[in-house]
Amino acid sequence: MSSTIIDQKYRHFDIENGIVYSSDVMLDLSKLKKVYPTPKGDHVVLEDLNLQIMKEEFVTIIGHSGCGKTTMLSMIAGLNPISGGNIAVLGHHIKGPGPDRGVIFQSPSLMPWMTSLQNVMLGVNQVFPHATKAQRTDIAKYYLQKVGLEDAFNKKATELSQGMQQRVGIARAFAIKPKVLLLDEPFGMLDSLTRGELQDILIEIWNKEKITAVMITHDVDEAIFLADRVVMMTSGPKAKIGDILNIDFERPRTRKAVLEHNDYYKYRKHLIDFLEH
Amino acid sequence: MKQSMTLGKVTKFIGLAGFLGTVKNMFTGKLEKEDFKNFLRKVIVPLASIFLFFGLWYLGSKSLYNIEAEHRIYKALVEQGPTEAEKVRTCIASGDISCQPNTLPSPAQVWESYKMLLADHYAISADKQAFKEKTAALNVKRIANGEAPIVYTGRPSFVDQILTSLKTVFAGFLLALFIAVPIGIVIGLSKTLRSSVNWIIQIFKPVSPVVWLLLVFMIVKTLNKDSSGDSSFIISFISVGLCSMWATLVNTAMGVSSVDKDYINVAKVLKLGPVQKVFKVILPSSLPLIFTGLRITLSVAWMVLIAIELLAQSPGLGSFVWEEFQNGAVDSNSKIIVAMFVIGLIGFLLDRIMLTIQKMISFNKNDGI
Ligand SMILES: Nc1ncnc2c1ncn2[C@@H]1O[C@H](COP(=O)(O)OP(=O)(O)O)[C@@H](O)[C@H]1O
Ligand SMILES: [Mg+2]
Repeated sequence: MSSTIIDQKYRHFDIENGIVYSSDVMLDLSKLKKVYPTPKGDHVVLEDLNLQIMKEEFVTIIGHSGCGKTTMLSMIAGLNPISGGNIAVLGHHIKGPGPDRGVIFQSPSLMPWMTSLQNVMLGVNQVFPHATKAQRTDIAKYYLQKVGLEDAFNKKATELSQGMQQRVGIARAFAIKPKVLLLDEPFGMLDSLTRGELQDILIEIWNKEKITAVMITHDVDEAIFLADRVVMMTSGPKAKIGDILNIDFERPRTRKAVLEHNDYYKYRKHLIDFLEH
Repeated sequence: MKQSMTLGKVTKFIGLAGFLGTVKNMFTGKLEKEDFKNFLRKVIVPLASIFLFFGLWYLGSKSLYNIEAEHRIYKALVEQGPTEAEKVRTCIASGDISCQPNTLPSPAQVWESYKMLLADHYAISADKQAFKEKTAALNVKRIANGEAPIVYTGRPSFVDQILTSLKTVFAGFLLALFIAVPIGIVIGLSKTLRSSVNWIIQIFKPVSPVVWLLLVFMIVKTLNKDSSGDSSFIISFISVGLCSMWATLVNTAMGVSSVDKDYINVAKVLKLGPVQKVFKVILPSSLPLIFTGLRITLSVAWMVLIAIELLAQSPGLGSFVWEEFQNGAVDSNSKIIVAMFVIGLIGFLLDRIMLTIQKMISFNKNDGI
């Protein structure tokens, strides 16, 4: 579907590869391939995977466990080498990891010896080296407030609950102002009540910042509630994009409005049908 | 209030909190029926074990005393005839110092020796103080004339020996720390380096303290030929450091090489430079393991120190024990046992200090070790 909706006048050429890009494309995966060598021969996890994600788009990814979602996301993050094909951010091929692609990991991955403020500052200091200390502190505090942690600036990561820690993770990711935000089942380990709270917090910040987001989830309702498009991956090996579902709910959304919308169950059925076949 | 709080901290520090807490509950009448098991476990059993320990010690020393006495009488009988044997028997029974069997001392004898050593310490301290006052005026004059001041050269007291030992172990520990931690970090960071120096660690780690001492002796003796100073302190603290550093080296390398992959990924995503990566991520995350290593290092250092002092003839508890053993006086054996308890207690306290530091820096405060 992707290229048909792009206005032709925004197109330009990538000299290196002669590939056509739209300037509305933030993230471009083309002919992506991943092979893990194993003692029993090569294990081809992903093959010929093509996906374009637009600026200011929120895409969720669902697929069976073990199909290669994490593999794909860590390749986009630059943490996992590419076996074939390309990944480009705004037309430039990625070279390893970098703060233009913020990651929210499944486990909060906070440095336990640092306070929540220090954890956020670690990234902010790195990305805004020319700002004054006060400015950087303000940025970090702003995002911690946004995730509801104004009373926990100086709490050590280990003193916070899992949900609180993941809030710091969200603040840390937004505070470095990445071009793309990558989320790998960030709420998978939380109870459903906390998960709902964090979804609300995430989407509230996102509404404001509109950072292109790619989020893996195994929760169909979460996938619909957050996304502009839900990308369904086929089961591995050699997984690729199986289907894409546009979610046409207007933004900003409320959970109540989404649940009461006529199309909600149609979307839900579509996704569940895909996963069950 | 403040005092009882610090008291609480102290008892907790030496691991007596459970015992004292239960005893306190007993006297304040807070003891419930279900606490009985607790009471049994935390008060009765420890007390019983203490009585058993001293009881066995007492009985053991008594029977060894009898064996030794019988042996002496028998020897006199065989070598000098019945009259001499009878003389020896009455002499032993009279408690005369000249013919007491010399064997494992009883708890009471050890306690006496302890008091004597303490009294001896006070006497020497007083002597030292008097000497200082007497020479103060003279020393001022000597220093003004550019001459070396007169220093006290009397015999060191038992407490002086303890302090010397502590000084040596501390110097050795610092040496181990300054060698093992930096090398451990460098080895931990590089897989290639780790596998290439592994054989050195594996081979030298199990080498006995005695051999380390000899090695250090060879080197220091050569380097130190010209200087007139006593090199035994240098030799013993370097040996202690070399013997004890391995645990820290291995633990530091392990800590640095096994940093949680998530933290490394965070560092990669943020593109932290190598220096930042080491100081902000790798070192803090391996600190608990480094301190585990340092704790082992300190206890090993204290353990080998005694043997090394003994062999290197450097002052301290080790040479105290050795001199008493060579001395063979009536109370020598009980002095050795006093030293044994002191060594044990100090080792225990050093370990507790390290444990407290270790707990302080561990991220998860619930980690009990
Ligand atoms: N480092 C690796 N080496 C070999 N195989 C791997 C590695 N990481 C993942 N895999 C395999 O690749 C497949 C996809 O894994 P993953 O991306 O984690 O799936 P998902 O996140 O969709 O559950 C799985 O079969 C997994 O066993
Ligand atoms: Mg996964």
